[in-house]
Amino acid sequence: MEALLSLFVRSIFIENMALSFFLGMCTFLALSKKIEAALSLGIAVTVVMAITVPANNLIYHYLLADGALAWAGFPELNLSFLGLLSYIGVIAAIVQILEMFLDKFIPSLYNALGVFLPLITVNCAILGGVLFMVEREYHFAQSVVFGVGSGLGWALAIVALAGIREKLKYSDVPEGLQGLGITFISAGLMALGFMSFGGIDI
Amino acid sequence: MQTIKETLTGPIIKNNPIALQILGICSALAVTSSMRVTLVMCIALTLVTAFSSMFISAIRNHIPSSIRIIVQMVIIASLVIVVDQFLRAYAFNISKQLSVFVGLIITNCIVMGRAEAYAMSNPPVASFVDGIGNGLGYSAMLIAVALVREPLGAGKLLGFEVLPLVTDGGWYVPNGLLLLPPSAFFIVGGFIWALRSVRKEQVEKAEFKLARHTAVGEGA
Repeated sequence: MEALLSLFVRSIFIENMALSFFLGMCTFLALSKKIEAALSLGIAVTVVMAITVPANNLIYHYLLADGALAWAGFPELNLSFLGLLSYIGVIAAIVQILEMFLDKFIPSLYNALGVFLPLITVNCAILGGVLFMVEREYHFAQSVVFGVGSGLGWALAIVALAGIREKLKYSDVPEGLQGLGITFISAGLMALGFMSFGGIDI
Repeated sequence: MQTIKETLTGPIIKNNPIALQILGICSALAVTSSMRVTLVMCIALTLVTAFSSMFISAIRNHIPSSIRIIVQMVIIASLVIVVDQFLRAYAFNISKQLSVFVGLIITNCIVMGRAEAYAMSNPPVASFVDGIGNGLGYSAMLIAVALVREPLGAGKLLGFEVLPLVTDGGWYVPNGLLLLPPSAFFIVGGFIWALRSVRKEQVEKAEFKLARHTAVGEGA
């Protein structure tokens, strides 16, 4: 239990997807102009990660890993080279299902997320989360905690950056640095701030 | 119609994928702390972009538009698997260092972005050249960042000593910050600033214009 809690805190703050691994940067920088948009995107990413990371964990352990197909009578089969293809397929399928589900049952949330939902398929934070899960050999419970935690961490980072950018509108930025340039530098400062969590060991 | 040469060289400075199109930033920041890893990443990405654009363009008239994203993903993912297996077989150490970033080429926005924006509406050869061009634009930015980070952070470039370190009896005290992730943000931000100072047309319009300072104090 304690190990899971520590993994949760670590995946939100210390190993923050956006600010220490630079995953999901494209959407992070492109869609962080308004706090509300950033918040809905953050929620969507958290939900998708909370589903896809455990789902891919099951697929990896029961279908793809070395010897995983022993239950089906193929103990020496190793399909792990098909990993990338299956992970991205699962992510695309789950995003599609989620889109249809929200459209039918929670239209208000569907309208709020709008165009961001399909974009999540190509958000590298999600695939990155899945690949880290495989590389670090998490078991199922760990993968649930890791998926939720890193989704929340990403959401926290993009909302914080959107807050900074809303304030930045009123500041006098040098001409060439306006827009993307200053966003990079503020994100860098945020990443430095998040590094101060680095020494914490729970 | 653009000429082949424009398609190839345009993305390097005029329409750089990282600095202007905001594509493919994740890996640009994460892998640039060492030049060797950067070069491998650049080659891998350029090849994947070029070939995926070519294949997608070749079958673009047969893809139903409602499932095109999945079809593009499958093509890109298959190419990335080839690259990943190749690196594991012939350059295992570098593949370990790149860890998840080889797999993340799949979701690298440059690959998807060029497939959507160019390959879906242009013939295969032009798409191939466009892929190479954008790969080169990405590589140019990555190599520039790595050229700042590795020598100043570790005193070495590709394993050769450039600035002799104090610990080895030289004079240079390495700046550890440059090996840490946040430094990449500052360097890329700085490059964008430099690029936009030279090419004014890339400057983004400010959403608000600050009014002139009008309060007049007694001293003024």
